Amino acid sequence: MELVQAKVMTPSPLKATRHEKASVPSAISIKNLDVHAPGHHILKNINLEIPKNKVTVLLGPSGCGKTTLLKSLNRLTDLYKELNVTGTINIDGDDILNTRQNVADLRQKMGLLSQRPYPLPMSIYKNVAYGLRLKGIKDKKLIAHNIEKNLREVGLWDEVKDRLNTPANNLSIGQQQRLCLARGLAVKPLIILADEPTSALDPMSSSTIEKLFREIKSHYTIVLVTHILRQAKRLADNVVFMYYGEIIEQGAPDDIFKNPKTEKLRQYMLEGN
Amino acid sequence: MKQAKLIEEKIFKSLSGIATYSLIAILAFIIVVIFVKGFNALSFDMITKTPKGGYYYGGEGGVLNAIIGSLYIALGATLIAVLIGVPAALFINVHLVRHKKTQTTVRYFLDALWGIPSIVYGAFGFTLMLYLGMNASLLAGIITVALLIAPIVVRTFDEVLSKIPIGMQESVLAMGSTKTETAFKIMLKQGFPGLITAILLAFGRGIGDAASVLFTAGYTDLIPVNLDEPAATLPLAIFFQLSSPIPEVRERAYAAAAILTIIILIISLSARALSRRYSKTIIK
Ligand SMILES: Nc1ncnc2c1ncn2[C@@H]1O[C@H](COP(=O)(O)OP(=O)(O)OP(=O)(O)O)[C@@H](O)[C@H]1O
Ligand SMILES: [Mg+2]
Repeated sequence: MELVQAKVMTPSPLKATRHEKASVPSAISIKNLDVHAPGHHILKNINLEIPKNKVTVLLGPSGCGKTTLLKSLNRLTDLYKELNVTGTINIDGDDILNTRQNVADLRQKMGLLSQRPYPLPMSIYKNVAYGLRLKGIKDKKLIAHNIEKNLREVGLWDEVKDRLNTPANNLSIGQQQRLCLARGLAVKPLIILADEPTSALDPMSSSTIEKLFREIKSHYTIVLVTHILRQAKRLADNVVFMYYGEIIEQGAPDDIFKNPKTEKLRQYMLEGN
Repeated sequence: MKQAKLIEEKIFKSLSGIATYSLIAILAFIIVVIFVKGFNALSFDMITKTPKGGYYYGGEGGVLNAIIGSLYIALGATLIAVLIGVPAALFINVHLVRHKKTQTTVRYFLDALWGIPSIVYGAFGFTLMLYLGMNASLLAGIITVALLIAPIVVRTFDEVLSKIPIGMQESVLAMGSTKTETAFKIMLKQGFPGLITAILLAFGRGIGDAASVLFTAGYTDLIPVNLDEPAATLPLAIFFQLSSPIPEVRERAYAAAAILTIIILIISLSARALSRRYSKTIIK
């Protein structure tokens, strides 16, 4: 991991001139994104390239628009009529804000981990199977195989293999969050959106989730909102600092955390530690 | 000062207690009166035979016609109300989630419908029946009662659905479910205990209502075998037979009341048991 990161971050003279952009392709390309609510300009002209198969961490004080930005990416903002979203968000070659593509298909390319896990009101097994069935997978063996594989991946298999058919609500919050991650990974998304995924969890479950993120991060584009600076330092390849609906600083974690350019970020980091 | 507060507390506590327990006492009293009065008449014949020699003058036989008629009407009406009410409640909570104003307006109208007295539904059903050229019949009764109880199904179920956190819906949609899948695969499941309560509440109202079936279902000594035949019902069995000059017939009225009460009690108890049972998988 370290090696790969170093490769990307150290600009080699050859690449810097000719292939700088191509070496870190964007998974998500946001241009002139504005989100308005009545009497409130929530996101102000956001322009952001989110690199592919890297962890991009969104930081910023409460209410600065991190969740709103995340929700714009999978168009959960559609649920709120009062939100007016304009601009372009390019994902997988498609401007998702103005696409003809079915929004359900679009969302299948992304997994969402929310602050509080919401397992489905069904068994552990069916929780993971649900997404696979949505994708049109009907083969029972394949589904069973996938369930085991993904539950193993999140370290839940040994804990639940004897009670796969019991309701998911019997699991602890930490287990529920891992189940939600497993069900998200099972459908092989391109992107994982995570909104403070560890903030409701105990330290043990938090570090499990964090460890998982480190393990999978070379295969997925992860956009992570967190208030935990240390977590950001441990996970981020790219840090975006937001303040009152604007991106005021972004860059590699080493730069950002060691030499914050703005007073606001310095202040935020002071308070965070 | 402190003493005054203490006395105030004591007085208020006793008054509230009296209010609470007197309601329970009234329920107990009703049940006792109905059972004492109906007890003599509450024989095996009562639930296995139809009235002999006319429900008004004939002393023999039972109220099987009304039991069957009431069950038919309440079951048929509940079925229709659920078929309309479940999609409606899901629609309000999934498809209208973006349209808060419409949601509020729809709920307001449904509440108004719930509040309309059943005799008005009866009159409406009667008009509709004449307009369609139907006679007082099982079908007309079922339709009228369905109209009466549909708002109960919708609003009771809706109340439960509206308590489901929006985050749950968001996470299901985020997985790539369509709204319809979200509604019928997840919200329905999560709200299922509430749906059971809604169904049984509606059934209870339907089986116990007299005014809506008065003009629409008619009354008969026979057990209906077709939808276009009139049907007797337990509430009307009480109403008609209580005014009879024959004491045996009047006893039949109390027996009918006892049977109706038993049915309602069974329904509310099973509502609790069932909804507890189906609460096991829901996410808290
Ligand atoms: N549907 C909405 N209607 C009106 N205002 C909204 C809506 N959703 C969000 N906002 C406002 O937009 C701002 C940004 O909210 P958002 O939830 O994105 O912040 P956040 O950065 O995620 O904060 P936190 O760290 O507390 O989670 C807040 O002031 C919030 O009140
Ligand atoms: Mg947030």
